[in-house]
Amino acid sequence: MLLNIKNLHVAINGKEILKGFNLQVNKGEIHAIMGPNGTGKSTLAAAITGREGYEITEGEIIYKGQVINDWTPDKRANEGVFLSFQYPVEIPGVSMTNFMRTALNAKRQYQGLPQMKAGEFLKLMEQKKKLVEITAKLTNRSVNEGFSGGEKKKNEIFQMAMLEPTLAILDETDSGLDIDALKVVAKGVNELKSDENAFVVITHYQRLLDYIVPDFVHVMYGGRIVKSGGKGLALELEEQGYEWVKEQFGEE
Amino acid sequence: MEDKLSQNKVLEEVTGSDYKYGFVSDIENDAAPVGLNEDTIRLISAKKEEPEWLLEFRLKAYRHWLKLEEPDWALIHHPPINYQDIIYYSAPKKKKELASLDEVDPELLDTFNKLGIPLEEQKVLAGVAVDAVIDSVSVKTTFKDTLSKHGIIFSSFSDAVKDHPNLVKKYLASVVPYTDNYFAALNSAVFSDGSFVYIPKGVRCPIELSTYFRINAANTGQFERTLIVADDDAYVSYLEGCTAPMRDENQLHAAIVEIVVMNNAEVKYSTVQNWYPGDKEGRGGIYNFVTKRAACKGVNSKVSWTQVETGSAITWKYPSCVLMGDNSVGEFYSVAVTNNHQQADTGTKMIHLGKNTKSTIISKGISAGKSNNSYRGLVRVSKKADGARNYSQCDSLLLGDKCGAHTFPYIQTANDSAIVEHEATTSKISDEQLFYCQQRGIETEKAIGLIVNGYAKEVLNKLPMEFAVEAQKLLAITLEGSVG
Ligand SMILES: Nc1ncnc2c1ncn2[C@@H]1O[C@H](COP(=O)(O)OP(=O)(O)OP(=O)(O)O)[C@@H](O)[C@H]1O
Ligand SMILES: [Mg+2]
Repeated sequence: MLLNIKNLHVAINGKEILKGFNLQVNKGEIHAIMGPNGTGKSTLAAAITGREGYEITEGEIIYKGQVINDWTPDKRANEGVFLSFQYPVEIPGVSMTNFMRTALNAKRQYQGLPQMKAGEFLKLMEQKKKLVEITAKLTNRSVNEGFSGGEKKKNEIFQMAMLEPTLAILDETDSGLDIDALKVVAKGVNELKSDENAFVVITHYQRLLDYIVPDFVHVMYGGRIVKSGGKGLALELEEQGYEWVKEQFGEE
Repeated sequence: MEDKLSQNKVLEEVTGSDYKYGFVSDIENDAAPVGLNEDTIRLISAKKEEPEWLLEFRLKAYRHWLKLEEPDWALIHHPPINYQDIIYYSAPKKKKELASLDEVDPELLDTFNKLGIPLEEQKVLAGVAVDAVIDSVSVKTTFKDTLSKHGIIFSSFSDAVKDHPNLVKKYLASVVPYTDNYFAALNSAVFSDGSFVYIPKGVRCPIELSTYFRINAANTGQFERTLIVADDDAYVSYLEGCTAPMRDENQLHAAIVEIVVMNNAEVKYSTVQNWYPGDKEGRGGIYNFVTKRAACKGVNSKVSWTQVETGSAITWKYPSCVLMGDNSVGEFYSVAVTNNHQQADTGTKMIHLGKNTKSTIISKGISAGKSNNSYRGLVRVSKKADGARNYSQCDSLLLGDKCGAHTFPYIQTANDSAIVEHEATTSKISDEQLFYCQQRGIETEKAIGLIVNGYAKEVLNKLPMEFAVEAQKLLAITLEGSVG
């Protein structure tokens, strides 16, 4: 099993947001997580990636067989955990190229590999840029600076393609994308998908799941998963909304 | 609150790094007795075999200095400096004319190697001419021959006094008179060495000129003086670097840099200041009180000051431009980083006298630890300066919540046609940015280095290539032990 989250409780500033969350992800699988706003989806992503301020008060995150509760965010990243951010941040003055090179070499250093040669790196950039159909215009600019909403999301997928993670979490990567961009993102995921990695896709729309076909769909509510099923569950949700969930499990 | 607290903890860790230039070299010194009086000045002058007029200049400056009081308007605090506790002249011994590197004291060469100074011929071939000033005396000026082919004079100040007395006499104190301020008066009385540059009419200096300053001996002050003259249509890019050993006591550095720029001439002056900043508790470190000023005398003349200030316990320095010639241009690009207990009060003065004069000020202050970082800048447009323009942008970046950033812009315009724009921002390094980097596998310290370098990029881009790389590393090192 690649990821095993057991009875996870996470608090922000003392307020409990995740309340006994469980999830098991095997290599080769795609899991979709859906659920109403404010239910803790991004909190889950932050907890898995080790963001500061997201305090695990109970439970375990087991990744590749190891409890990673205390790992630093960069260690998790270098072990192959990747997050496509819901709101990618701008870093003025730091070019995408420089940023990506620093990230890639950090990972190589972690793995005991020598730094990637400049030429080799640029070739890799070109190759991955084509994959997500982003232009040199974007990679020459500072990280996310002045990028449109859609460009930021594509840029996340570009970074994912560069870093080739083992576990990728996509937090609403489809929000704000036009249909062409959506296809590009899906293409990125599908080309990267293999028997050796897994995806956790957080989304509000069944539309994305037409392109990235999930093995499992989970409904999250009140800080935990209240229902799991196959792809059909997403269609159900789209038709019925979350009213039935609220009725069954009470207001949050 | 929880995450804020731990963020500050990491900040403290990252900014708690060590100073890597803190070694002391075992070089024999020839020093004046401690303390300052007219005899000290006569001794310095005699040691340097100076002409009578220079001794007179020093004595006048000294007598004027006695009447002055240390300025107290800057946002800096320090125990009183005992000027009788300082050695005003210290030179590495064995000082005779050195024809090649083989004759240089091996300890000295070792010092240079530790400093990463490109004294060796191969590095010189890379296009850098170096004058190195240890304690008070200029030790070696490389590349002199090549330069002299173009008629360029690049020598130690002492040599210039001997070899080009008329030039020195003409321009010395023509931009910064000894009456200018307390530290300028002190420097004028006791200055020991420094660099002299003269670029003749129509000559573009083919290589970067550079000087490395180093304080080595204990209890000594360093009072160097740099004078650069760019004649009509001349161009030169000049680099200045400095380091000092780690010592528990504070050491005084009071330098003067004067630049004269004639018609259509341009001077770029870049500094990477990395004097010893003191330890984490604020013990020791250099008091850096420096007067730097350029006179843009000619029409279309131009001066750019670029400074990366990472060192010193206290920095008090305002590289300025007096824009006398019509259409003359003054620029000031600054990155000042303070960490631990460092204090910096730095900025510029742009004095617009000529018509259509233009000035640009870009200042990036970065504060961490318990440090204080102030930008202080004056833009003055005189009555006759029709069409003068200034653009100032002063940004402060805070790492942690125990440090301070302050901006003191002074704007005085006596001409209605002047356009003066001032923008200022204060920001914190955000945990979103840090986490974003970490999530991509970049550890905290590297992430801070990356973000800070991005923040300072506009200024770093102004530095010559090899200096920029050095400066980038310095920024990261200075902030090691400071964010999270
Ligand atoms: N820093 C914070 N301080 C206090 N509360 C927070 C903080 N961050 C998130 N929360 C709260 O935690 C809850 C879960 O937020 P989260 O962002 O995980 O929701 P989400 O499921 O991703 O929602 P959406 O679908 O809108 O993206 C919300 O009630 C939110 O207000
Ligand atoms: Mg969310």
